[in-house]
Amino acid sequence: MTGQTLIHLQDVSKRFVKGKDTITIFDHLGLSIPAGDFVAVMGPSGSGKTTLLNLLGGIDQPTEGSITFDGGRVDTLTEGQLARWRAHNVGFIFQFYNLMPTLSAARNVELPLLLTSFGRAERKRRVEAALSLVGLAERADHYPREMSGGQQQRVAIARALISDPKLLLCDEPTGDLDRTTADEILAMLRLLNQEMGKTIVMVTHDPEAAKYARRTLHLDKGRFTERELVA
Amino acid sequence: MRVFNEIAVVTTICIKSIPQRFWASFSTVVAVGLVVTVLLAFLAMAAGFQQTLRGTGAKDMAILMRAGSQAELNSGVTRDQARLIEEAPGVMKDADGKPLVSPELYVIVDGVKKTAVPADGNLKKAPRSNLTLRGLGPAGIAVRPDLKIVEGRAFKPGTNELMVGRALQKDFAGLNVGNTVKLGNSNWLVVGAFELGGSVFESELWADTPEVQDLFHRQNVFQSIRARLTGPDALKTLSDYAANDPQLKLDVTTEADYYAQQASRTSDLIQKLGWPLAIAMAFGALAGALNTMYSSVAARAQEIATLRCIGFSGTSSFIGTLLESLVLALMGGIVGTLVTWVLFDGLTGSTLSGASFSQIVFTFHLTPAVALQGIILALVVGLVGGVFPAWRAARIPIVEAYGTP
Repeated sequence: MTGQTLIHLQDVSKRFVKGKDTITIFDHLGLSIPAGDFVAVMGPSGSGKTTLLNLLGGIDQPTEGSITFDGGRVDTLTEGQLARWRAHNVGFIFQFYNLMPTLSAARNVELPLLLTSFGRAERKRRVEAALSLVGLAERADHYPREMSGGQQQRVAIARALISDPKLLLCDEPTGDLDRTTADEILAMLRLLNQEMGKTIVMVTHDPEAAKYARRTLHLDKGRFTERELVA
Repeated sequence: MRVFNEIAVVTTICIKSIPQRFWASFSTVVAVGLVVTVLLAFLAMAAGFQQTLRGTGAKDMAILMRAGSQAELNSGVTRDQARLIEEAPGVMKDADGKPLVSPELYVIVDGVKKTAVPADGNLKKAPRSNLTLRGLGPAGIAVRPDLKIVEGRAFKPGTNELMVGRALQKDFAGLNVGNTVKLGNSNWLVVGAFELGGSVFESELWADTPEVQDLFHRQNVFQSIRARLTGPDALKTLSDYAANDPQLKLDVTTEADYYAQQASRTSDLIQKLGWPLAIAMAFGALAGALNTMYSSVAARAQEIATLRCIGFSGTSSFIGTLLESLVLALMGGIVGTLVTWVLFDGLTGSTLSGASFSQIVFTFHLTPAVALQGIILALVVGLVGGVFPAWRAARIPIVEAYGTP
């Protein structure tokens, strides 16, 4: 299912200045992710997993090196260009779902579509389709506080999918869920990868979650230490 | 369209999240409301005072005072001058051919406000306030066709009888019809109460001029002359007449203009007290608004960051946060306006007029223009209190919001 390179990190370094100290997260890191891949990124706390996700998602910029997405440079875009790029190309799924507590499920899912030129009717149609896909069509008018963690994460997945992005970035998507619910969510992600061809990068601490990915990258102190292919 | 969608959704999120910070938001609303109430109380007082004085005096009534005297209290007009005015052109005459001219005396007496009456009811021990006693010439009532005697009757010439303005009667003790009032060394009987369009005259005591002259030993001297005019051009005719007669060194103006000028002086003073006080308090409310909005931004940092992840711009976060602050401030402004309306609108007060040194009874009046000033002040507090937190919201680095290194 995997194809040509969707994301390519070349000689990417990321450093933070903290007081008088400079903290190096990545030092000339390289990574290629083909389209249609499902990559799990594992590693201890502070290994740079979330920073990697931020770089892939264009919400942080490398100190050095280049990041290309679908052949185009991302690291040279301005903040406004990055915002538009994210809106069209990346869906985010977070550990704590990050739904807007004051908006209904449907309104949460609709958020990315508000950045497009779709009219109200088209947005409504797409929101219904996305909620149906995650099995929550009947919960459209419910607020996050009225839903379980698993349901909230499914709403978050619907939100991530609504603008049909090529890349889904998942930050510990099952970290706040029980095993059964976590497996349901992971199965859904695998389905999105296998059936819809979504490229997925998932940061996780959970080896069981990583089994749902096509491959696992182990990150430690800013370097990939082990690459494991999963059947 | 896209940017409006962004702003609309961020604003909705901000405003809908206000109940999550109920007490902080509530305290901001109360603080702004308090500022607005204080300001509007002063402005309503100024507006009411102005309305009372501006409502006083007719455009077709000339008032003549000694040249250079800016108020009746400082003026002096002789009996001879009054006679010359009775014969002047532009002065209206009644059905019998008598000129509608009233030489009037204006003296300060004292009285006791109802609120100052001691518990034992002994008025002698109460603090006293200045009141205006106006002596009216024989045509004094005829020159004022709008006068309504609402209780009792008019005073009889040649007697120690008084008519009392309705506003004064409500605000001061011992001025009911039938009461005897001691002014100077003589007793006066209150025989009637009058209304005159809610004007400043309703804060006066009226009596027959010769009796007042006797009481205050001011024979042959008046403070002003009222003369009813024949028409719109008559003021100029009368002014020219006075200017051309060396015996008549008098300023001639309409009664309406005279009181409008008096009104603006005192109401300006009230406003000059009210605005600095309100602005000083507004700084306190501003601190509250800033605190609330900074905590609002901090509480929504993850939501803002999530929206930015999705692709929302920093501008929408800025405007949404600013609008939240403006909404809180507007709520405060509305609360303040309502409180002022309930507590002060229609409330009767009295204050010392700078021009007459006597008490003028007026009604606090919360006009739409006054209310608008309160709302504008509230929105200024909201704008300044929201703009810095909004700037912070727009500049939250998405990475920082997630707590990454």
